[in-house]
Amino acid sequence: MSKTTSIIEAKDVDVFYGEKQALNGISLDIPENKVTSLIGPSGCGKSTFLRCINRMNDLVDICRVSGDIRISGQDIYAPEVDVVALRANVGMVFQKPNPFPKSIFENVAYGPKIHGLTANKAEMEELVEWSLRKAGLWNEVKDRLNETGTGLSGGQQQRLCIARAIAVKPRVILMDEPCSALDPIATAIIEELIDELRENFSIVIVTHSMQQAARVSQRTAFFHMGNLVESGNTKNIFTSPKDERTQNYITGRIG
Amino acid sequence: MTNMFTTPSRLRKARAAAERRFRWFGLIAIGISLTFLFVMVGSIILKGRGALSTSGIAIVVDLNPDNVDPNDVKGTRFDSLMKKSLRNTFPDVKSRKDKKKLYGLLSVDMGFELRDQILENPAILGGPQKLWFTASDDIDLLLKGAVDMSLAEDNRRISDMEAGWIDTLTAAGDTRRKFNAKFFTNGDSREPELAGILSALMGSILTLLVCFLVSFPTAILAAIYLEEFAPKNRLSAFIEVNINNLAAVPSIVFGLLGLAMLLNVFGLPRSTPLVGGLVLSLMTLPTIIIAARASLRAVPPSIREAALGMGASPVQATFHHVTPLALPGILTGTIVGMAQALGETAPLLMIGMVAFIADVPSSIVEPAAALPVQIFLWADASERAFVEKTSAAIIVLLVFLVLMNLLAIFLRKKFEKRF
Amino acid sequence: MPENTSIQVRDFEITTGNRSKSFENIVVALMIACSAVAIVVTIGIIFSLLFESINFFKKVPMSEFLFGTTWSPQTALRADQVGASGRFGAVPLISGTLLISFIAMCVATPLGLFSAIYLSEYAGNKTRSIVKPLLEILAGIPTVVYGFFAALTVAPLLRAGGEGIGLNVSSESALAAGVVMGIMIIPLISSLSDDVINAVPQSLRDASLGLGSTDSETIRRVILPAAIPGIAGSLLLAASRAIGETMIVVMAAGLAANLTANPLEAVTTITAQIVALLTGDQEFDSAKTLSAFALGLLLFAVTLILNMISLKIVNKYREQYD
Ligand SMILES: Nc1ncnc2c1ncn2[C@@H]1O[C@H](COP(=O)(O)OP(=O)(O)OP(=O)(O)O)[C@@H](O)[C@H]1O
Ligand SMILES: [Mg+2]
Repeated sequence: MSKTTSIIEAKDVDVFYGEKQALNGISLDIPENKVTSLIGPSGCGKSTFLRCINRMNDLVDICRVSGDIRISGQDIYAPEVDVVALRANVGMVFQKPNPFPKSIFENVAYGPKIHGLTANKAEMEELVEWSLRKAGLWNEVKDRLNETGTGLSGGQQQRLCIARAIAVKPRVILMDEPCSALDPIATAIIEELIDELRENFSIVIVTHSMQQAARVSQRTAFFHMGNLVESGNTKNIFTSPKDERTQNYITGRIG
Repeated sequence: MTNMFTTPSRLRKARAAAERRFRWFGLIAIGISLTFLFVMVGSIILKGRGALSTSGIAIVVDLNPDNVDPNDVKGTRFDSLMKKSLRNTFPDVKSRKDKKKLYGLLSVDMGFELRDQILENPAILGGPQKLWFTASDDIDLLLKGAVDMSLAEDNRRISDMEAGWIDTLTAAGDTRRKFNAKFFTNGDSREPELAGILSALMGSILTLLVCFLVSFPTAILAAIYLEEFAPKNRLSAFIEVNINNLAAVPSIVFGLLGLAMLLNVFGLPRSTPLVGGLVLSLMTLPTIIIAARASLRAVPPSIREAALGMGASPVQATFHHVTPLALPGILTGTIVGMAQALGETAPLLMIGMVAFIADVPSSIVEPAAALPVQIFLWADASERAFVEKTSAAIIVLLVFLVLMNLLAIFLRKKFEKRF
Repeated sequence: MPENTSIQVRDFEITTGNRSKSFENIVVALMIACSAVAIVVTIGIIFSLLFESINFFKKVPMSEFLFGTTWSPQTALRADQVGASGRFGAVPLISGTLLISFIAMCVATPLGLFSAIYLSEYAGNKTRSIVKPLLEILAGIPTVVYGFFAALTVAPLLRAGGEGIGLNVSSESALAAGVVMGIMIIPLISSLSDDVINAVPQSLRDASLGLGSTDSETIRRVILPAAIPGIAGSLLLAASRAIGETMIVVMAAGLAANLTANPLEAVTTITAQIVALLTGDQEFDSAKTLSAFALGLLLFAVTLILNMISLKIVNKYREQYD
């Protein structure tokens, strides 16, 4: 196996919400075509870090980000960067499934449409089918593409959101606790899906479930009170954590 | 030993009484308010009902070629022919004064009515014909039983002689009452029996149209900006304060603005739906903005996040996803604002929409009246018959308001939040 | 799976989007312009009122306007007629406005408040869902309708009633206009107070009931004191509505500029005079016409101040319980 290349390189990232510092000098590399999980107790800054990567934090007025985050070598906080174009390349799946209250087809087609990814209707239909197949949803919805997306079950909705995200063919997909609103069966389906998507996308996932992190990710980073405590191969983190805090967290003593 | 869970009975009674009294105050307050509502609307409906029917009198008119030349119908002196026919109907009437009263049985339009009937059906020419004519307003009231004949003769508008004529005609089957179509197809008139609301209604519709076309897009864009884009700075706060204050500025002040700015500075045509609509749109703007902002705020942030998270620009996220979801609420607010505008009178008085307009306006730059202004004008008129016209015009106005509000309720119910 | 669709690795291009930025900038600029309309309108109102008022005060001293007790704005029939120009003392109009508004508030405050209390504290959901919309109807009826009803039904009724007990009630009495106006603002007071009362946290209610208070004691001793600022705000807003109300007074109060506190006499108001001055023929620069703008300025200033205070109070109150 060749040496893994990093797609995201974060260096000395500080984040403030107003006066309050939420992240302290985070430096973390995220490998390409792998799943990286971010774990840590509630409020430690996992979501904050994730939202730095596609600059969703820009939407929070009081939020200030400093430091250096590069994707494919490009500084994403450079002044010439267009956040909109950035987000087309760095997709996001949210904690609560949030399909648009439109048809299933339109949900998936929306991204390619606004980014002008297809030339005609046939191409669009093909792309929608490809995305829904990738998201493992095609067989369940192929006969009702015109029904509204909000009418699906929670697990189906979340897979629809994933299909919607991959339809734009981003490089990176960010997932913030994508299974926390789902039952175990739906969770298992999504975990399987994440494993398959790794082939084409680099994935960063925030999770509260240690088992989930162990099952789906190759790399794991442990956050604690705004600090990155340690990161490395998932197996190493879970079997032989170097830091006591990591040890305590994964054995359930803090959190 | 006293039971510690009971208060002394005297005190308990006083407290219970106070409780009952308080409850009764509430009920009485609601009772008074609603009674007033029902009495007001009820009395107006009762008064206005009469305007929906109109009285007619049949008179024999001799249409022989001496009176009406078949080759020159339009050259006929219809008025004198009508007067002659009336005199022939009641040959006993001799004095000048009484003759005048006799002619007053019919509407002053009787000559035109005769001409119209002949032009419509020339076959009636040649000999005596019994034709129907609109009764004058006082006679109309008499035939509807709205004149108290028990009063002394000097205290009523109908003399015993007139009443006698009408009795004779009625006995002969020569009076009738029918649906007053003229009320809906005529413009304003100085004669109550001829006055209709069409000109005012058209004026109102044109005015509202202008008002909608100006205020709706402006308000919706302003609301979207303030809710979705505006940075939290002094300017935004100032705009917000302005909107809230404008919502409470007395409507007549907007009229003064229209008079000073739109008419005198910009020189727009006076008394027109264009100016009326503009003034009303400034008034409804705050109402719609406030309603639109509330319904934009109700769209869950997850929708915005979803769109932004996949690379939609804020403008795209807003116009593709947020606004369509907020639209029913925005429309509801707009209809409520339009309903307000429809009933608004004072600002229209300021910009001269009080002139006597008999013609139905066909464009927004022609002088026009509006429904509420028509009500105001008729309420001021001295003829007693205008009371029922005023009431009927109010009923029409209320019907429109009810329809608009029903539409708003329907929209709200139909698109009740599904997210 | 369609074979030909696979992941083509796009360039990681993040400095330019493909959307038309200039179009979006235009849209945003348009939205800003629309928002600015609110400011433009306010400035327009102030500017036009001020401008004409200044012209008016060049002809009539401000002191006469504010403190004069005679209002008879007839202008001279001939330009050379000296001393025949009108008198522009606004005091009778101000007192008339206050008198009618006071009567209206006396009617509307108890009725509106008790309705609100009953609806929010006693009424069941069903009653509430029927009575509330009915009260709202009162607010939706155009004021010209109230005016018609006041002039045609209420005024003669009061007059007849007055005769019955030996009082001489003018046919355009302040009472008739005031009472009807009071009914008109009931829904304003009741719905605002309803909001305010509902904003009082349930915990306060529970605390009082838990101590064994009756409902009415809880309302009087706990809820109303907590809600007083908000209620005061809504009463101010209602008063500003009453002061600015036009059609009812135009139709029912008449134009007699009497300086009196007797509600049975005829008085006139600022708004009624504005309408009288500006409808019908007018030469634009006469003191008579200009005086309408001075009255408008006075009206605008008073209602603006009332609204500002009321908004401040209500907002502060909201924050307190948010
Ligand atoms: N919009 C915001 N405004 C102010 N403070 C915020 C905001 N968002 C997050 N924070 C603060 O930043 C810190 C980190 O929050 P973050 O949401 O990143 O935690 P998290 O690790 O995702 O927690 P969880 O597991 O509960 O989702 C918290 O202390 C939180 O209070
Ligand atoms: Mg989180």
